[in-house]
Amino acid sequence: MIQIEGLTKKFGPIAAVAGIDLKVAKGEVLGFLGPNGAGKSTTMKMVTGYLTPTTGRVRICGHDIESDLLAAQREIGYLPEGAPAYGDMTPRQFLKFIADVRGFRGEQAKLAVATAIAKTELDPVLEQPIDTLSKGFKRRVGLAQAILHDPPVLIMDEPTDGLDPNQKHSVRALIRAMAPQKAIIVSTHLLEEVEAICTRAVIIDRGRVVADGTPAQLLARSRHHNAVTLALPIAQADIARAKLKSLNSVGSVEQIKRQDGTAELTAFPKNGALLIEDVSALAVAEKWDVRELYAEAGRLDEVFRAITTHDAARARERSA
Amino acid sequence: MNYIWPIFRREFAAYFATPLAYVFIVIFLFAMGAFTFYIGNFYENGVADLSVFFGYHPWLYLFLVPAIAMRLWAEERRSGTMELLLTLPVPLWATVLGKYLAAWAFTGVALALTFPIWLTVNFLGAPDNGVILAGYIGSFLMAGGYLAIGACISAATDNQVIAFVVSVVVCFLFTISGAPLVIEFFRAWAPLTLVTAISSFSFLTHFMAISSGVIDLRDVIFFFSLIALFLSANVVLIDLRR
Repeated sequence: MIQIEGLTKKFGPIAAVAGIDLKVAKGEVLGFLGPNGAGKSTTMKMVTGYLTPTTGRVRICGHDIESDLLAAQREIGYLPEGAPAYGDMTPRQFLKFIADVRGFRGEQAKLAVATAIAKTELDPVLEQPIDTLSKGFKRRVGLAQAILHDPPVLIMDEPTDGLDPNQKHSVRALIRAMAPQKAIIVSTHLLEEVEAICTRAVIIDRGRVVADGTPAQLLARSRHHNAVTLALPIAQADIARAKLKSLNSVGSVEQIKRQDGTAELTAFPKNGALLIEDVSALAVAEKWDVRELYAEAGRLDEVFRAITTHDAARARERSA
Repeated sequence: MNYIWPIFRREFAAYFATPLAYVFIVIFLFAMGAFTFYIGNFYENGVADLSVFFGYHPWLYLFLVPAIAMRLWAEERRSGTMELLLTLPVPLWATVLGKYLAAWAFTGVALALTFPIWLTVNFLGAPDNGVILAGYIGSFLMAGGYLAIGACISAATDNQVIAFVVSVVVCFLFTISGAPLVIEFFRAWAPLTLVTAISSFSFLTHFMAISSGVIDLRDVIFFFSLIALFLSANVVLIDLRR
């Protein structure tokens, strides 16, 4: 439902987006990741028609965003970064305005507003000016505005930024509930969010897609993928370490000394092999006094750091 | 119309949701009264018409209208609502027009609230109410002209102070372009057609013509085409910055 082809955007000499191709189908929740300044927001602004692409094209449900802007925009619900809204209006007035602009009339408008309010649990603050609301409620007003017309395409720029854990949980539940009927793009800095709600993760860096896959596929690229960590008394650590290293499936072992007098050993697999069985069998055979033992699926932040560039490096490159 | 109406309604209501409308109207009415009665010596003139009152309108608008116009787009950009507004399924021209018409209607409300002066002059004498009506129409058109200039400049900058100052200067140039000072400056070197063209852009000349009681179609067309020109520039400026 979302088709992006060869999308670029230049601001003066700087290419904020340097050629992005993406397709998002119904039922997909695409997590859009990348360091600050990687081009996430710029891409979303072009997909929603706020910015005009320098080159490339975007199609929303078959409507070209440049030649058929209004038809495309009717299909999109968009939560811009920071969830902007008219601060002097109350959420009820604001949502009525959105319904009005989107062409809802009479009973239809009332129903659309009421549904959006119910889904985002805005009831307690309906008659307060938006300026006086907490960050969590403001974000939910933005979300209500985006889903008011039940759009087939939903684009959200950091929908859970600044929310407390309870609010994050309810926003994620809402996104998950809507997911089967929509094509959704969510940008985020929170890697746990990708694992929580996304069916697909795309990492962009310096305006290009550098990774695209399911969260599990991305995790498989992590050094910690299938790594096994065990904690045991410090006295046994050196022997354990040597024994672990001697296993065929183990590539390397790292050791950390903990405050409580135990040592934490992490065994990294060779070629992504499953380690947990070998390690646990070894621990039993050697009768180690194991306090903790767990396998890791991988660490997304590690993958993220490995394939994206640090902003300092980026700045150096730009000035060079 | 389906596009413009919701935008207009929200924008118009927004003026009255903040102290802006009330502060503006009070100052506008106070200034109108002060100019007319104290500086213009309305009573001492002993003439039952409102020419003194209308005579000060261009100079008051020069500062008050840019004050309304400066926030029109700069504010949307600052608060981020610009992104929301331009991603709603509304054509850009309708958004520009809706916001502009709301601001114009608001100046219309302020202008209409000067009606006690009209009551006063009718109480004191027997003025030609047709001329007064023409004055109000001319004043409203002129406010629309200033507003279109201000809206366009507001779209070009994120900074409200810059928007205000530049608007005042541009409005000032349009106001006095028919004055002898300006004409003499150009007459020295410019061809006559250019001099005539420049002087024909004078708000003052067109406004005076209408408020003298003769609503000449050419003066009305002048204001409407000027408004159309600046609103089109407004659309283009927003489009260019996307």
